[in-house]
Amino acid sequence: MRVKRFIPLAVFALLALLLFKGLSIDPTALPAARLGQPFPDFSQPELLTEELIDASALRPGPALVNVWATWCYSCRVEHPYLLALAEQGVPIYGLNYKDDSEKARQWLADLGDPYRLNIADRDGTVGLDLGVYGAPETYVLGADGVILHRHVGVLDQAVFEQDIGQWFPALAKLGQANAPESSAQ
Amino acid sequence: MLILMASSAWAVIETYEFSSPDLASRYHLLSQELRCPKCQNQNIADSNAPIARDLRVVLYEQLEAGQSDQQILDFMVARYGQFVRYRPEVDRQTALLWWSPLLLLVLGGLGVVRHFRQKERHPERGLTAMEREHVDRLLKDRLP
Repeated sequence: MRVKRFIPLAVFALLALLLFKGLSIDPTALPAARLGQPFPDFSQPELLTEELIDASALRPGPALVNVWATWCYSCRVEHPYLLALAEQGVPIYGLNYKDDSEKARQWLADLGDPYRLNIADRDGTVGLDLGVYGAPETYVLGADGVILHRHVGVLDQAVFEQDIGQWFPALAKLGQANAPESSAQ
Repeated sequence: MLILMASSAWAVIETYEFSSPDLASRYHLLSQELRCPKCQNQNIADSNAPIARDLRVVLYEQLEAGQSDQQILDFMVARYGQFVRYRPEVDRQTALLWWSPLLLLVLGGLGVVRHFRQKERHPERGLTAMEREHVDRLLKDRLP
């Protein structure tokens, strides 16, 4: 009978816990439907060479596929970080999403080109097959071309270390080795 | 009223030429069933986000290509997950969403049954002789 008295308190505590957890969930983050599947096949021109490429061009992994466009402001924000990542040896493939190729080439000429190659996805079909709903988005491809992770939004150091670095263990070691050096400078 | 309805249902107007009125009506149903991935509380019929426009184009093309409703929904779900449907299929992830109302109803029902059972087992006891006397005294003073 005494236990009964605490039932409302227990219910309240459970509810509070549930709702508190709800506060930290980002409702705009969607589960990626393509996780665990190979990168959808496509046949599109490469941005610079205009040669037709398909999904086999995105190997070997692990690599990043970065969805970007010149109309996307956040892409400009993350661009310097992509350049830094590429310099450290992370293979980055670009998906130039629903963009004017001429402007895109100009962008790369002006700001630097971190990409191994770029899929010129002018009408957005590759993006659609991938489940892209905005730019920027960054996907992690495994060694076998399977999609391991999707990040929506600007990619920066914090995001990379927390969610993506695990797939680039060699780089993590490299970063550690570099860290004391750069702080000494 | 009609104007209101029209503005909510066809807030974003593109003119598609459907080869049959049946396709047009299926287009309207499906475009309200599908949820815009970017602007999450709008369907793709209402949203003017670029991705919603793209999905409407795909919907139109697939309808004209003779795809069934199920094929089109499967196509969307493969790319954007069950999220893209306002009425997702029942699977492990959506089971709680679908079944929790029933679960709550059953729990509530059990609570009500319990409540009445308990009342039956412990019927309200009457007044003791002393209490009755007390009540009588009080009433005698008040009543004319």
